Amino acid sequence: MTIHFVVHDEGDSVGVVVVEGLKASNRINGWIMDQDKMIEFDAKSDIPIGHKLAIKPIKAGEAIIKYGVDIGKAVADIAPGEHLHVHNVKTKRW
Amino acid sequence: MGMNLKGAAFEGWRRENGRMGVRNHVIILPVDDLSNAAAEAVANNIKGAMAIPHAYGRLQFGADLELHFRTLIGTGANPNVAGVVVIGIEPGWTGRIVEGIAKSGKPVEGFAIEQNGDINTIANASRAAYKMVKHASRLKKTKADLVELWVSTKCGESDTTSGLASCPTVGNAFDKLWENGNTLVFGETSEITGGEHLVAARCRTPEIARQFMAMFDRYQRVIEANKTNDLSESQPTKGNIEGGLTTIEEKALGNIQKIGKKCLVDGVLDKAEAPTGPGLWFMDSSSAAAEMVTLCAASGYAVHFFPTGQGNVIGNPILPVIKLTANPRTQRTMSEHIDVDVTGLLQKQMNMDEAGEALLDCMLRTADGELTAAELLGHREFSLTRLYESA
Repeated sequence: MTIHFVVHDEGDSVGVVVVEGLKASNRINGWIMDQDKMIEFDAKSDIPIGHKLAIKPIKAGEAIIKYGVDIGKAVADIAPGEHLHVHNVKTKRW
Repeated sequence: MGMNLKGAAFEGWRRENGRMGVRNHVIILPVDDLSNAAAEAVANNIKGAMAIPHAYGRLQFGADLELHFRTLIGTGANPNVAGVVVIGIEPGWTGRIVEGIAKSGKPVEGFAIEQNGDINTIANASRAAYKMVKHASRLKKTKADLVELWVSTKCGESDTTSGLASCPTVGNAFDKLWENGNTLVFGETSEITGGEHLVAARCRTPEIARQFMAMFDRYQRVIEANKTNDLSESQPTKGNIEGGLTTIEEKALGNIQKIGKKCLVDGVLDKAEAPTGPGLWFMDSSSAAAEMVTLCAASGYAVHFFPTGQGNVIGNPILPVIKLTANPRTQRTMSEHIDVDVTGLLQKQMNMDEAGEALLDCMLRTADGELTAAELLGHREFSLTRLYESA
């Protein structure tokens, strides 16, 4: 079974796409590394390899959690399965 | 866990100061930009000699000049180097670098261009290089315990696969090397932003944590004083963003996976400063790949681990750079740059211990003389860190 995206920790709000050519509406398999669990999802955007998708609903202003740690803030609402990157998330530093 | 590092060994060259090297280079080292042409001419004359040209060395002063001297002396003194010919525009600073390298006990000779001209300097320096390469070629390899191998790490053109898999692979190997008693280093001060509390918590003593945080805070002040935006496109880089990294915090958390889960930070180093004992050292340094790897070489490290996501192609003139990736697209399109393929980690076809062992196995083969991708492709990036403008 192909793993389409990987999540560091089950408390995280994002996963990372690890296959090329992922299209919107694809049913995709995710692997949560730290707990070694599989989850299933529908991609809502075309997402390039290495880019992230939200795996939880995120409101503008909320923290993005990855590795169990705050990695920045959402600047727009983000739905599960949507592409999450510099267009909707910004650093809290600098 | 298959690999037992106790009793593991490699064959290299034991230098006059007792350190073990894994390469046997004779280098032609310019003191300054003006001496690059002569250094390159000498390396062209004498086969087996390598020039290391660079852009700086004139009108530097204060701490910036000290760093210049420390980096060039450290490069010459590195155990991967058998002998050094130093060429400078004038004899004063040339002599200072010769004296610094001579403390390691290895053959070193200096030549100055003023009052001689390039042609006579090249002739004289070529005769010295001829003897040095002859001498180096006669040196025999000897066996040494793995604990004598100094290993550095820094990642580059990172993406999200770096934090998921290739940096944790280095972390797994570093945990094993640290327990074995090896001398290790990591750095990239700005690239810890967002994870500094996690590194501070891994420092062996509160005093080391305080020293680390002082270096971290100083670097933040440099960025705050000079930034014109949130550093998007510089840190993270355009390549990082293309690879899916969104913020510096996300990049930092991936970066610090390289120090594994068990290693403690045993001390901190200034740029190009040599560690005084075994353990894991943090070096206050730029996160630019060639600058950081150049500083690792100048600190005396003999092998380097370089995880990449999008495919950084870096090498170093004297320090073998072992590159690993977990990104299947990078492995597909740029495999000639990759020494260790850990893409299997992301499909559960390989576990982290297996990946760490694949890296350690490559490290031992490299230490025994197998050439890295960067060596085969001629990557010899040598980039000096500057602290401020020349006078």
